[in-house]
Amino acid sequence: MDANNPSPSSLVGTVAAERAHAVDFLARRDRFRVAEALPWLLAMAAYFVFPNQMILGGQTLIMILFALSLDLILGFAGIVTLGHAAYFGVGAYGAALLITDLGWSEPISGLVCGAVLAAIAGFLSGWLLLRYRGLALLVLTLSTTIMLQQLGNLFRDFTGGYDGIPGINIAPLFGLFDYDLYGHTYYLYSLGVLLIALYAVRRIVYSPFGQALVGLRENVARMHALGSPVHWRLVIAYTISAGLAGVAGALFAQTNTLVTLGVFDFDQSAAVLMMLILGGAGWLYGAFVGAVLYMVLQNELAKISPAFWQFGIGLLLIAVVLLSRHGVFGRLANVGRLSPWGARP
Amino acid sequence: MQGSQNRPLRLGDLEAERCKEQAPLSAFAPAAAASILASGRQAGIKRYRAVLNTIVSILFDGLAWAMFLFIISVGLSVTMGLMGVVNLAHGAFAMAGGYLVMTATASWGVPFLASLVITFLVVACVSVLFERTLYAQLYGASELDQVLLTIGLSFMAIATYTYFYGPLPQAIHVPDYLLGEVHLGARSFPTYRVFLIVVGAALVAALWYGFERTNMGAKIRATVDNRRMAQSVGIDVDRLFTFTFAIGSGLAALGGGLAIQLLGLTPSFAVIYLVFFLLVVAVGGSGSMWGTLAAALALGICDTAGKYLFADAGSFAIYAVAVLILLIKPAGLYGRE
Amino acid sequence: MKIMGALAASLLALCWAGTSNAETIKVGVVLPYSGPNSDLGNQVDKAFDLYVKLHAKDLGDNKIELVKRDEGPVSGANARTVVTELITNDKVKLLAGFVFSPSAIAAAPLAAQAKIPMIIANAGTAWITNLSPYIVRFSFSMWDPAYPMGTYAAKDLHCKTAAAGFTDFPPGQDSTLAFKTAFEKAGGKVIDEVRMGSPGPVPDFTPFFQRVKDEHPDCFYVFVPSGSHAGGVMKTYGDLGMRQAGIRLIGPMDLIPDYELAHMSDAAIGLVVMSSYADDYDTPMNKAFVKDWHEAYGPNSYPDFMSAASMDTMAGIFHAINTLHGNLDDGAKVIDTLKGWKHDGLRGPIQIDPETRDVIQDEHAEEVIKKPDGKLGVKVLQTFPQVKDECKVLKIGRCASGT
Repeated sequence: MDANNPSPSSLVGTVAAERAHAVDFLARRDRFRVAEALPWLLAMAAYFVFPNQMILGGQTLIMILFALSLDLILGFAGIVTLGHAAYFGVGAYGAALLITDLGWSEPISGLVCGAVLAAIAGFLSGWLLLRYRGLALLVLTLSTTIMLQQLGNLFRDFTGGYDGIPGINIAPLFGLFDYDLYGHTYYLYSLGVLLIALYAVRRIVYSPFGQALVGLRENVARMHALGSPVHWRLVIAYTISAGLAGVAGALFAQTNTLVTLGVFDFDQSAAVLMMLILGGAGWLYGAFVGAVLYMVLQNELAKISPAFWQFGIGLLLIAVVLLSRHGVFGRLANVGRLSPWGARP
Repeated sequence: MQGSQNRPLRLGDLEAERCKEQAPLSAFAPAAAASILASGRQAGIKRYRAVLNTIVSILFDGLAWAMFLFIISVGLSVTMGLMGVVNLAHGAFAMAGGYLVMTATASWGVPFLASLVITFLVVACVSVLFERTLYAQLYGASELDQVLLTIGLSFMAIATYTYFYGPLPQAIHVPDYLLGEVHLGARSFPTYRVFLIVVGAALVAALWYGFERTNMGAKIRATVDNRRMAQSVGIDVDRLFTFTFAIGSGLAALGGGLAIQLLGLTPSFAVIYLVFFLLVVAVGGSGSMWGTLAAALALGICDTAGKYLFADAGSFAIYAVAVLILLIKPAGLYGRE
Repeated sequence: MKIMGALAASLLALCWAGTSNAETIKVGVVLPYSGPNSDLGNQVDKAFDLYVKLHAKDLGDNKIELVKRDEGPVSGANARTVVTELITNDKVKLLAGFVFSPSAIAAAPLAAQAKIPMIIANAGTAWITNLSPYIVRFSFSMWDPAYPMGTYAAKDLHCKTAAAGFTDFPPGQDSTLAFKTAFEKAGGKVIDEVRMGSPGPVPDFTPFFQRVKDEHPDCFYVFVPSGSHAGGVMKTYGDLGMRQAGIRLIGPMDLIPDYELAHMSDAAIGLVVMSSYADDYDTPMNKAFVKDWHEAYGPNSYPDFMSAASMDTMAGIFHAINTLHGNLDDGAKVIDTLKGWKHDGLRGPIQIDPETRDVIQDEHAEEVIKKPDGKLGVKVLQTFPQVKDECKVLKIGRCASGT
């Protein structure tokens, strides 16, 4: 036998060797790196170092979760949408009405309720809209969110209109931890939810499903050629993303104790888009970096002058787009190989 | 139905029929019958007139609103079709145009119409600077990058204008001959809106001439159709981009100046009406002037009709119509795949 | 000897510092400084600054420090963050401002929990003062101008029918309900209620106004947010020739904020509004105020009803500081000094209702006229003295549940 006609036994050996090699590669790529503990350590440190900023901290954590949900479809599946606030809003109202209308104030069920309602909304709109791309998709997602907001205003007896639903007071977490003025418990609650959400997203992203999503982002035609059910993959990813955005919204309603139709504002969709791009889309932790950067900058710069803040964020956006197509830390992440397939080009 | 078989049925025929049916009654009370008939006919005509009046109102107001949308959106559509750039800062150019017109009429004493022309020229020239420095980087960039860079530019514009002009709404004094009403027969129409329609129509004519009859227009159409082919034929695409961008931004500024009397002016103008311009461009199909016109008319008139007839949910109409059209024709009415 | 002198001097300085009870009272100011509605925040902010500048010496040794934070968007999403930071980080003794009702609603439980008084300088939803015993409102409730307008329109303007047009959000709904309640009580009939779009971008009012024009009511009551909406309303009313068609435009003071009135055309002449303040009031106090304003902010800046209410707000805060000798640690005491407080301010005599902690003020029916100098101004037709918030008096809807 020569090299061109290998014997069956050596073939099997080669295949086994290659499989072992592949498994090993995936295991190495997918393992939890030490550096991944960093954001959580920083978050806990913030709890002790900035005890008076916990309401801002809690809002930042919620924004991180929101941006993370967007990352799933924007960073990994490459779908650009201007209407993600719709699912945030649906989740928020779901959690709110569970408490104020049905009187069920257990917090976790509020999150689940928000997630399920938002996922349903995501499934329906995704099924309808994900056949489109480009400007059409941008305008369609934008329009559906605005129409949702106006629908909310139409049924103002239900939603409270622009004054919203106040008094969303959740019961103590696990029956043990009550909530204080400074937002300490809210912060830890949100942190816990974020931890679970990140773990879930990480598992999805590193699974074969996640790999298929990246394939869709990189080369849709090829995925079609491979026989991959492109549309359904996208709809499922979109549904999961909407559900996560719903959790973020529900968390917002519970910690803010007031939800208004403003959750559907275009500002909300634009802000989460900006946060994600600032931090870098397509590598999960970009959401963390971007949201923290945006929220802290907004808080601090606005104290100097609100016009200053708006100018500053505009300038930062332009700089980020022109100088680094991968967000503030995207390039660094590539270098450190924290990102499995490279950030979005 | 009795009556001549050779001519179409007319309103009078029905009346005549009723007349014959009521003939036996009228034998006993001719005056009563005649008055019943007359009042019935009067009520019918009155209702007919009211409906007609409503339709005319909706069409006229919708047309004026559509012209405003068209004037600002046409520039956005052509630059998008030509350069493939999603320019969300287009509203900022409109806002800048508005402020220039306001300053020119209030502080420098320039007449209103002249200031409109000036704002077109000035903003067109200034936009060239932006095109050469910032927008040139966006050709071929991903859609997301374009969206974000232009949003950033909008923010910077809003902050700058807030700093210099303050957040309070501005107003202008249009010349008296543009105020009041124009009387056409039984109805009167607001003069300023008639003016808006006239300007819009003139613009459509000018653009049509520009696109169809001039050399530059032909080059633009060719490049929108197939950029590579146009380049290989020797068309200087870069110069064309700059020129088109300037015209588009100039038109936005013109629209902004015209809009002050309609909607007022604050720095936030740059973003709050952007949604409508995007709707018009998407529904019309980017790169097409006729598409923009058709979309502006459809959306403008539907918006007005919705607000007039169903004020409770009236603002819904423009979005619902846009969504329906896009679901069926995602590339827009006149768009190309 | 020198050392003794130095020691004595420093001892003396220490004693002096110890005995002077000079306090710097921090007041958190929460207003929209950014976004499309920052013009409203601007009017309040300027008034606060002006009052502090003019009357700082009235506090004696005490000083007041305004810690300003951006209220954020109209949805109230930012309010809790901002208010918490003011309470925990900046340790303010009072919160003042709140232009948007959702912000006040969001912040109310926080203020109640921290026992910090919330002094409202604008937010007009009637039942806000019921949300917490630490809320005092100096500005107005939506019902204050709207309810008397309904009575006035039916009785004095002799309108038998009216149509109402309003921006589709709670202040518009409240104002229209107030007008309708009074108008129909006085024997009129509201034939149409037109919702005129959301409170964001200024819509093209023409379709709404055309519809009302076709219905030929005697009066047309309009509520829109103060600012650029008001200008649009005036222009559309003039463009459609509605006055010539015999339809009278009426509304609350939000229709003619003074800085918009300065730009309006003659179409506004004859408009009747119910207002608590206008620049043109011929009192020595007001003339001095307008003069001070122009001196501080230039000839193109005009104070309006929000500025006047804010001046009165600051006067109330100063009253509390002086009564309590600079010690505002007990929020409940601050509220007690303000309950029943009477003041002769720019809006005429005002007082804080001890039961509801809401303001009681005069409302004036005013007509827009052309002044001898060619500018537009107002003429007071009738005064409704000491108007209470009728929503709470009549216990309508959410106003019924008290605190």
